[in-house]
Amino acid sequence: MRKIFLPLVVVTAAMFVYAPIAIALAPYESTMLLVQKIFYFHFATWMAVTAALTVCGISSAVYLFKGSPVADRIGAASAELVAVFTLFGLVSGSLWARKAWGIWWDWEPRLTMAFMLELIFFGYIIVRRFGGPGAEKLAAAMGIFGAATAPFIYKSTDWWRTIHPKTSVMRTLTDTPGGTIMWNVVIFCSVTFLILFALVLAARVRLEQLRGDLDRLYLAAED
Amino acid sequence: MFVRTALLVLKKDFAIELRSYEVLSTTLFFAVSCVAIFSFAFVREGQAPKDAAAGILWIAIAFAGTLALGRTFERERYGETLKALLLAPAPRPAIYVGKLLGILALLFTTEALIVPMVAFFFHARFFDQSLYLLALLSLGTIGYAAVGTLFAAMLVRARTRDVLLPILLYPVTIPVIIAGVRGTAALLESPADLPIASLWIAMLAFFDVVFVTLSLWMFEPLMTE
Amino acid sequence: MLRRLSIGITTLMIVTAPTLALALQPPSAAQEGFRPLSELPPGQQVPAAPLLIGSYAFFLVLMMFYLWTIWRRIGRVEKELHDLVRRQAAVKR
Repeated sequence: MRKIFLPLVVVTAAMFVYAPIAIALAPYESTMLLVQKIFYFHFATWMAVTAALTVCGISSAVYLFKGSPVADRIGAASAELVAVFTLFGLVSGSLWARKAWGIWWDWEPRLTMAFMLELIFFGYIIVRRFGGPGAEKLAAAMGIFGAATAPFIYKSTDWWRTIHPKTSVMRTLTDTPGGTIMWNVVIFCSVTFLILFALVLAARVRLEQLRGDLDRLYLAAED
Repeated sequence: MFVRTALLVLKKDFAIELRSYEVLSTTLFFAVSCVAIFSFAFVREGQAPKDAAAGILWIAIAFAGTLALGRTFERERYGETLKALLLAPAPRPAIYVGKLLGILALLFTTEALIVPMVAFFFHARFFDQSLYLLALLSLGTIGYAAVGTLFAAMLVRARTRDVLLPILLYPVTIPVIIAGVRGTAALLESPADLPIASLWIAMLAFFDVVFVTLSLWMFEPLMTE
Repeated sequence: MLRRLSIGITTLMIVTAPTLALALQPPSAAQEGFRPLSELPPGQQVPAAPLLIGSYAFFLVLMMFYLWTIWRRIGRVEKELHDLVRRQAAVKR
């Protein structure tokens, strides 16, 4: 793990340098023109959120039912990442909506649930920080509830008539003119974000590991 | 064994409450003052905006519920009875269901007071569709109380538990509140929009199943040290 | 038994939920008074470039800030670890 960390950082940095070039070279979308280019990072960040939610949900469940401290560390780290990536997702979507829909925000199902997701994970961070002893379990419960919302957020645009584009837009993207290039750029940005997520997760887990070591040392010193 | 345990826990809570009516009366008065303060906030020139009644009703239920949850479990913490309950050879989910039934009884009593109050103050024709209203209120309260009981129980040993309960509970119960308000608002349309109300009732039933299942599943590991 | 039953009910609910949700189709709003955005004068249009640049800039700032907080927290914990180890070594002597 340690050996590939630094090379991966270099690779990710290079990908992030190339990403704006790829985005600038991608064809314009017919109705939204320039502002649609927010989409490449907007979609990518929600891919990172999905990965983070999966990791957090599974590790929270493992920690709650098996008591594994490794799972607790991974859960705490991925929960913070859910909060960070969701924040960017909400902001980028809002900026895009200002031009595409004419409004900064709309209380439609997907946006409402995404906001709810952000609130749940703010709650996770707060309860972990201020909950006192045993707060890790409470946070794990929040993590499980938060992860449970994921399929609903994804499917909400298909189940309701919403102002947000439906999931079919992405599935039929390659059929539209210029869509293949767009698809390639989207995949490139998503992979970049996923690698970034993995790297930042590793760093954050390291922090939790160090904290665990510190606590163990303190406990040992008391004996 | 399961049902007997749950009913015993419920009977215990009833017995304690019946001695002083402390939690019930304070929750009722809090709910009334909630409705009052929201009325003052929203009423303009003697009229409230169209959907205000539905929103105010559910906000009052949510806030009164948070208070009731906090108070009920504070009492448990003070007497250290929760630890005793968990030491007993009773199935943990049964203890959860017992506490849930107690909270539900408390919230239903509060609703029995607030719903006529809101109908009176806002000229809301709630009772034209009593069956739908009953379904909305009961399913919504069950969903809210299910998650609330789990969180309140797990926060009993935490620091800053009073402020943590709303912080954790409100985001998770957003779907229940939205469904409750939109369903109630649909009932207040003239004529009442019954298909929409039925849809929201179905949604509430679905949320209830998910929330109660998740809470039952998570209660035991959360309560063990 | 109870657990299996509740899992079964939940699965059933999850499977039937889309059908229930699809029943909700509110009527679409009327389309009178609609003018396409391209026909509006430039003063009433929203410029796209600041939004685009703002979005990417926000990402950069957010990521840099978050990585910096991780760095700072790791630094603090490592310092505390070293202090503790040093103090314990001093006590042992």
